[in-house]
Amino acid sequence: MTSSTKAFAQGAWDTLPLIVAAAPFGMVFGALAIGAGLTPAQALGISLIVFAGSAQFIAATLIGAGAWFPAIIATVFVVNLRHLLYATNLMPQVQHVAQRWRIPMAFWLTDETFATVSNRLKRDPDLPHFRSYYLGSAVAMYLLWQVNTLVGIWAGAQIPDIANWGLDVAMVVAFVGIVVPMLVDRATLACAMTAGIAMLLTHDWPNQIGLFASALIAIAVGVLVRERQS
Amino acid sequence: MSIELLILGMMLVTFIPRYLPFALAGRIQLPARVKSALDFVPIAVLTAIIVQVTLVRDGSVELSLSNFHLPAVLSAAAVAHFTRHLFGAIGAGLMVYAALRIFIGG
Repeated sequence: MTSSTKAFAQGAWDTLPLIVAAAPFGMVFGALAIGAGLTPAQALGISLIVFAGSAQFIAATLIGAGAWFPAIIATVFVVNLRHLLYATNLMPQVQHVAQRWRIPMAFWLTDETFATVSNRLKRDPDLPHFRSYYLGSAVAMYLLWQVNTLVGIWAGAQIPDIANWGLDVAMVVAFVGIVVPMLVDRATLACAMTAGIAMLLTHDWPNQIGLFASALIAIAVGVLVRERQS
Repeated sequence: MSIELLILGMMLVTFIPRYLPFALAGRIQLPARVKSALDFVPIAVLTAIIVQVTLVRDGSVELSLSNFHLPAVLSAAAVAHFTRHLFGAIGAGLMVYAALRIFIGG
């Protein structure tokens, strides 16, 4: 095995806990989409060409509620704005990657791949074969997401209330497992606490704008506390 | 607007924020202060997602242990803090959640 193949496999392997945790989401999306009146081909099409976890959910719910299509597109845009922060965070590594690779890498950017890659970069800032590691994580996530969507499309017909099973707990505990070890000083703690409190205060803002706003405030607090420390 | 056009629109608005910074990487230099701010992105965004999914149930804040997501998250956080082990944290959180659903119900 070449060392870049190894990095690809390592990326896929390191993402496995998060893929397992995200599996119920793919299934719930499939079930929701069928419940919203989409055909199996349309439901799978969304997972294949949009590939955006929570935004897919919200879109399926809105389609089911008969929302105006341009409003659905606007909602998906706002829900996905956090990817702008993820992609900006990875710019120092991506600048060494050829332009043609950046398109699939961007298309495959998810919470799960970002969490895995940034977790790895924390321990290993000069990660060799960054591109292969990233693609391993992303491709594994993408393929399993399609499988889970198919399972959900099938299960949606069999188990109508699967969306209310509380399956989202798996993703949350996985994110906790990633974030907690990152809290190493006063600045990181202040950032996390601000994100949590701001989220509670903004939870009723429409279209997940509260999530994006909370993240921005938390980042600002983290920077301020770090500047004071040093 | 057809459903196919809707899906295409969703693809575009999802792809653009993901791609824009990647396309610009190496072409623009970010100021030092922005770079230091970006260090906090994973903590800020993931924590906000955690708090939202855990504590906001059906549109209102549920800050009690009878919201089973909360004990599940707290046990995952404890295991993550003491062992730094991702699989362990996920396992602990899921076991606590499953046990509460099975033995207390809800």
